[in-house]
Amino acid sequence: MRQVFVRLAQGIMITLAALAAVMAFDAVLHALMAQNPFGGPRPAAEPQVGGIIGWILARQSEFYREMSGTIRAAKSDGSAVWTLLGISFAYGIFHAAGPGHGKAVISSYLVANEETARRGIVLSFASALLQALVAVAIVAVFAWLLSSTAKTMCSAEKAIEIASYALIAAFGARLVWTKGAGFMRALQAKPELAMAVAHHHDHGHAHDHAHHGHDHHHHDHSHGHEHVHDEHCGHSHGPTPDQLAGPGGWQRGLGAIFAVGLRPCSGAILVLVFSLAQGLFWAGIAATFVMGIGTAITVATIAVIAVSAKGFARRLSAGREGGGALIMRGIEFAAAGLVLLFGLGLLFGYLAAERATCL
Amino acid sequence: MTSPIRRLLGLLVLAGGIALGAAAAEAHPHVWITAKSEVVYAPDGSVTGVRHAWTFDDMFTTYALQGLASKTKGVYTREELAPLAQTNVESLKEFNFFTFAKADGKKAKFVEPVDYFLEYKDSALTLHFVLPLQAPLTPKQLALEVFDPSYFIDFKFEDKDPIKLVGAPAACKMQFMRPNDDTANAQRMNEQNFMNGDNSNYGAMFANKIMVNCP
Repeated sequence: MRQVFVRLAQGIMITLAALAAVMAFDAVLHALMAQNPFGGPRPAAEPQVGGIIGWILARQSEFYREMSGTIRAAKSDGSAVWTLLGISFAYGIFHAAGPGHGKAVISSYLVANEETARRGIVLSFASALLQALVAVAIVAVFAWLLSSTAKTMCSAEKAIEIASYALIAAFGARLVWTKGAGFMRALQAKPELAMAVAHHHDHGHAHDHAHHGHDHHHHDHSHGHEHVHDEHCGHSHGPTPDQLAGPGGWQRGLGAIFAVGLRPCSGAILVLVFSLAQGLFWAGIAATFVMGIGTAITVATIAVIAVSAKGFARRLSAGREGGGALIMRGIEFAAAGLVLLFGLGLLFGYLAAERATCL
Repeated sequence: MTSPIRRLLGLLVLAGGIALGAAAAEAHPHVWITAKSEVVYAPDGSVTGVRHAWTFDDMFTTYALQGLASKTKGVYTREELAPLAQTNVESLKEFNFFTFAKADGKKAKFVEPVDYFLEYKDSALTLHFVLPLQAPLTPKQLALEVFDPSYFIDFKFEDKDPIKLVGAPAACKMQFMRPNDDTANAQRMNEQNFMNGDNSNYGAMFANKIMVNCP
């Protein structure tokens, strides 16, 4: 049992180190992206808080504040729309950090599952575009069609917010349930670990377990070339990357897309309402989608790093005497737990997210 | 056995710290308020409350005004804005009106706002309201902070006459510190708050501090 504990500790440490690396990179990325691409004069209205955080904040706020002025300018000068799109793109790129924007959720989901980097990129873009779509839909329905008051719109925003957080929590719970089972099996499989090291592990083993909701012939195919022995000795019921490319795999990804993309960004809603009032709703819509693309780029970058970090952890742990599977299942379980914690934290207000514009 | 646990704990703390730092960096204001406030005193020299006038930025003003009917286009009377003002003060309650007071180091409580109304001028909404203290106080030192702990709202006090003392005893001295004021960071009060765990949050970096000393 002592050994198990040490392994578990190591696994968690690797996960945490990977997460820490992702977050540190995130901060650096923010700093790099925070340059004003237009080189224009910068309004110096923001509080001068010292350090990197203050500097990042000031830049981020600048982009955002420039939007209202640019939309006003676009009323008389059509070319200002291009400036608006440029600002929106830059803003999207480094605004993409909030938990509500799902960076953390998508990365954890990818780590929890046997996901590919390509899939991470697709998930990031799909969820960011859904987010933009929801923002446009809310403003189109409430402000444009129904002429609702701010109070009504705010209630709608809040309801969607709660639904979205609940969805993340439910999604996390499901991941914890499936990944927890895999992890427990990995723990129980300990006596067999010694066998696994010898690389003579009976592959029929994995076949027996492959019926759990997964396509059988896909599995046969994957066995042709995908022989990572820790997959087997861990009694993994997780799908291989091949299976994920199948139709069923994409359906599961939908859960992640909706959990993350359902909640619109408050900034986008403000920009949309403002552009609608200025008679330039289309420009606001364009800006929202460009913002979404910027957001997706950042989230995708982080997602790819998370997937690579897991791959790195796998290579590290594969060399260990039979502990690889346990470590990998432990990492997946921890990542699944993170998704659940994010959801619960957001739902019950322990985690600060960008709040809906209700005053 | 102890070494992996210790390392694990160390990493946990590190990851947590970075996560918190990253979360903090994410927050940035979506609403800007230009504030002007008055500290109100009773004839007997006790402080009774704070009167705020908060002007919202154009984007939020547009958001807040949507769907609101007005007789003349682009003109909103105080009566037409009354329901919105009502909504505003009701919502602000959840955030303690972004106003935090300490009398001689002890937290002072505010009650429901009175005399609140909205004014629409130069395409900007201004919310006026009086925040009465639960009971009039006569502290030697009154410390007020105005800020949003989550930094969704940025509070910037007017350049000219940001704070006024209304009816304060002549001996009272007022000191106002903006968040970008370096002296604010060196204040003992700030440090104290931090140690108390009070307002020891990220948004406190953006607090506007008002200090009134009455010997």
